[in-house]
Amino acid sequence: MRRTTGRLARGITLLSVLALGATACGSSDDGSKDQKAVSAGDIQAALKKGGTVDVWAWEPTLKSVAANFEKKYPKVKINLVADRSGDKHYTALSNALAAKKGVPDVAQVEYFALSQYSLTKGLTNLAPYGADKLKAKYTPGPWNAVNDGDKVYGLPMDSGPMAMFYNKKVFDKYKIAVPTTWDEYVAAAAKLHKADPKVYIANDAGDAGFTTSMLWQAGSRPYKVDGTKVSVNFDDAGAKKYTDTWQKLLDQKLVSPINGWTDDWYKGLGDGTIATLTTGAWMPANFVTGVPKAAGQWRAAPMPAWTKGDKASAENGGSSLTVPELAKNKELAYAFVEYANAGDGVQTRVDEGAFPATVAQLQDPKFLSKKFDYFDGQEANKIFADSAANVASDWSYLPFQQYANSIFNDTVGKAYVSGVKLPAALKTWQDASVKYGTEQGFTVEK
Amino acid sequence: MTTLEPPVAAKRAPARPAAKKDRRSWTGWGFVGPFVTVFALVFLAPIGYSIYLSLFRDQLIGGTSFVGLDNYTQALQDDQFWSSLGRVSLFLAVQVPIMLGIALLIALALDSGRLFGKDFFRIAIFLPYAVPAVVATLMWGFMYGTKYGLVGDINTAFGITLPDPLSSDLVLASIGNIVTWEFIGYNMLIFYSALRVIPLSLYEAAEIDGAGQIRVITAIKLPAIRGALVIATIFSIIGSFQLFNEPAILRPLARNAITTDFTPNFYTYSLSFNGQQHNYSAAVAIIMGLITMVIAYVVQLRGMRKGA
Amino acid sequence: MSSSVTTTSPSAAAPADGGTKSAPRLRTGRKHTPGRPKRSVLLTVLTGLILVYTVVPLIWLVISATKSMDGLANSNGMWFAKDFALWQNIHDTFTYHDGIFVRWLLNTLLYVVLGAGGATLLAILGGYALAKFNFPGKRAVFAVVIGAVAVPGTALAVPTFLMFSKMGLTDTPWAVIIPSLVSPFGLYLMWVFASEAIPTELMEAARIDGAGEVRTFFQVALPLLAPGTVTVLLFTTVATWNNYFLPLIMLKDPNWYPLTLGLDAWNSQAQTIGGDVVFNLVITGSLLTIVPLIAAFLLLQKYWQSGLSAGSVKE
Repeated sequence: MRRTTGRLARGITLLSVLALGATACGSSDDGSKDQKAVSAGDIQAALKKGGTVDVWAWEPTLKSVAANFEKKYPKVKINLVADRSGDKHYTALSNALAAKKGVPDVAQVEYFALSQYSLTKGLTNLAPYGADKLKAKYTPGPWNAVNDGDKVYGLPMDSGPMAMFYNKKVFDKYKIAVPTTWDEYVAAAAKLHKADPKVYIANDAGDAGFTTSMLWQAGSRPYKVDGTKVSVNFDDAGAKKYTDTWQKLLDQKLVSPINGWTDDWYKGLGDGTIATLTTGAWMPANFVTGVPKAAGQWRAAPMPAWTKGDKASAENGGSSLTVPELAKNKELAYAFVEYANAGDGVQTRVDEGAFPATVAQLQDPKFLSKKFDYFDGQEANKIFADSAANVASDWSYLPFQQYANSIFNDTVGKAYVSGVKLPAALKTWQDASVKYGTEQGFTVEK
Repeated sequence: MTTLEPPVAAKRAPARPAAKKDRRSWTGWGFVGPFVTVFALVFLAPIGYSIYLSLFRDQLIGGTSFVGLDNYTQALQDDQFWSSLGRVSLFLAVQVPIMLGIALLIALALDSGRLFGKDFFRIAIFLPYAVPAVVATLMWGFMYGTKYGLVGDINTAFGITLPDPLSSDLVLASIGNIVTWEFIGYNMLIFYSALRVIPLSLYEAAEIDGAGQIRVITAIKLPAIRGALVIATIFSIIGSFQLFNEPAILRPLARNAITTDFTPNFYTYSLSFNGQQHNYSAAVAIIMGLITMVIAYVVQLRGMRKGA
Repeated sequence: MSSSVTTTSPSAAAPADGGTKSAPRLRTGRKHTPGRPKRSVLLTVLTGLILVYTVVPLIWLVISATKSMDGLANSNGMWFAKDFALWQNIHDTFTYHDGIFVRWLLNTLLYVVLGAGGATLLAILGGYALAKFNFPGKRAVFAVVIGAVAVPGTALAVPTFLMFSKMGLTDTPWAVIIPSLVSPFGLYLMWVFASEAIPTELMEAARIDGAGEVRTFFQVALPLLAPGTVTVLLFTTVATWNNYFLPLIMLKDPNWYPLTLGLDAWNSQAQTIGGDVVFNLVITGSLLTIVPLIAAFLLLQKYWQSGLSAGSVKE
């Protein structure tokens, strides 16, 4: 054995030296060299010259946008790599950034994950390219997410102002009024479940995105971020409103313990055993393909309020297109991003069912009066647009929200499967987030 | 480290004139070289790189700094790591004996010549091995569903309430079931192949002695396939300690039960991919590798010593 | 210490035989088994229970592949839905997204031919060397292999990715093929097998005849190793066919996906905003993914069955 390890050790030393050489230094030469403004002329010149733009994005409507863009600028080729969404997408992006090779020119990044990439200097500040002048085009929620002081790290692609989708057939069957406040919601939940023990008002097995959106609407602001100074605190009045109400649903087992986005979930949405779904306005597209069986049964309604008449809403989901710092041709990349998210591309995407983040589309009478076949002709966009206008824009995510969300079920999940109460469970999430933030060099206020 | 070597060669070695072998001493490298080269590239180099990485700490704020063995001391005091190790140890202690036991029994049954439709059995029991883990987990995920799955169907049909296989209490057993399902046939085939090549002379001797079936199994068959048993055990130990695919793919169905530190391998994955803590992840992985090696080595020693 | 195990050892028993070279050393069938056992219904039934366990999930897969999205949602999992959509599903699987499934199938075949084929070749060469040559460092080779395999692969993914990226291999087929070339278990199997199957006398005879090492290998050893080769090829094929984690890290471009990644991507469309939910295609695609492997098993089983026995009759 000794001989083996000796040899092994020598081999490893050698390899380590090689690896050391190969990776040189792990930290990047940060992109803090002062960026000069890029004129519209520069961008036009780049478009004339042409080239290839590698785009990593899962948004399905970008396919048509890319085709139209290529038609408009024949010398430009959009290489759209439509990969998986979520964690796997970020894994690939982080790996490419770490390797400083194979980095795309344009990457789709959800709002909650943006600051992590901008903070580690992975993304180009698009303000010098003219992005800073586009503020008025977007609704406040999404703009707030891409904008950090005088820097702009992406252009909002879509947004998810929240609404409550409900199965009208089920509500009608049990003669239950559609809830407009969360108290009514809890009452409706009890009535429904009593009328038919198989029916639940909603499914919730613990979902970070949903919980943070609920906190957002309730007025809680658990995350405060100022550069590298952050704080995490789930002990405020807004959070209490949410935990008090939601704990009732959990205690009485009024929410179905089905995880979202699974096979069972789609089935439950289809067979009437999940009666409502409170989520972002992008949901209709998923209803159409995932729950074809229940076409005509569902409707949209405003998200229930915390106090009657209050219109406060929140965002759930939504993403931006960004230009990584290591993109080959940033002018060209920016041209595509602007076309897709601020130019002609927006309408193309809206026509295909995406939910916009742009004011013009949200106020367009044609958009507002669009009849959703799936919702039996309901003009649901009116509800969504109204929600979008009432999103409080002072919410922020942690610069390491990706990690925080990943441990949500390890911590807050306990409230769903054991006797731990929500406030205590949120506290464990808070502690774990604080611990990570401290380890990562943030100044975390307790 | 003389152990991980098929003993046959060693046994015969003294019978061969040593000089001839020595004269050709470097020739063997010509043949084993290609394997070793690729192996060095895809295993040793990343391990070396990991060891190097494990000596640093890379923070989102503050960049990279050399920290010596800090990551290792941290890992050794990390409750999440130890609890995940405890979990796979339990898994190992229960699942591996069951899986190998059933595989061995089937192999013996096939080998006994007492089965009807032997060939059919062999191929059918081996089939699950052909199913990718992604697909296998998808299938079992369906069957575990208490609402729409097989468990749900059984509950409805018999008016009973089976416990939820994906609850925190049962999820480890449910994963064990998937792994057992996937690898019974694989291990069975290894044992069966070993049984098939037991020299006839041994049986003839037993026949003369008038030994019964059970005696033939314990006195001849099992000792004869001990090498196969040991290597299957070692690979199963490694497999258990590296449990990843099944919990990872099953997780969307049971997020609260399958935590991100469910198994050591899943923990290193989460550290690396969710937390970007590559350095710490590397340290945990190296420790885990060492522990696995030691256990595999002990099993090897014990497995070989028995009946020696 | 090491001499205690008699693995798969006709040759180990050779001295005890007193050189009965003409006698078949292998049980070639029932007639050689002691006691000439009668077939047992009880044993068959007991084994049948395990069989049920192993095939029920596969039956579910086959039945589910006959259902449309609607049928999947509205029928018992272990029985057929009203509509029989198998052919439609197969058609859709092959044509969805411009027939990308076919591309994934071809990619998988490429990875199997080069990856599993290469892995088998390297295992043969390595196993042969370990079994038949004495060379410096020989004892360390397998120890290092086992030790390296013991390190959890997920933690190595990022370092491997960074290395491969430097070499420009990521997002190319090579990033999948090169790691597939190493099969530690294949190496072990070939080692054991070569120890048994190749009489050293035969190699020496060839050398006395003036054959070089390479010629000795190809003309003497390789033919004798054929049956073991089939077994190792089987294992490496399955491993490559089912390879998931490393391609997941290495490949970004769906055009280079193997089937497992492609199916996973289809499955995850259900978790994507605006994604097309195609569980029926995921299930049908899964079935289509394992069919070729099962076919290969059935076709090859003659070889590895007779192979494992015949290989030992080496005279």
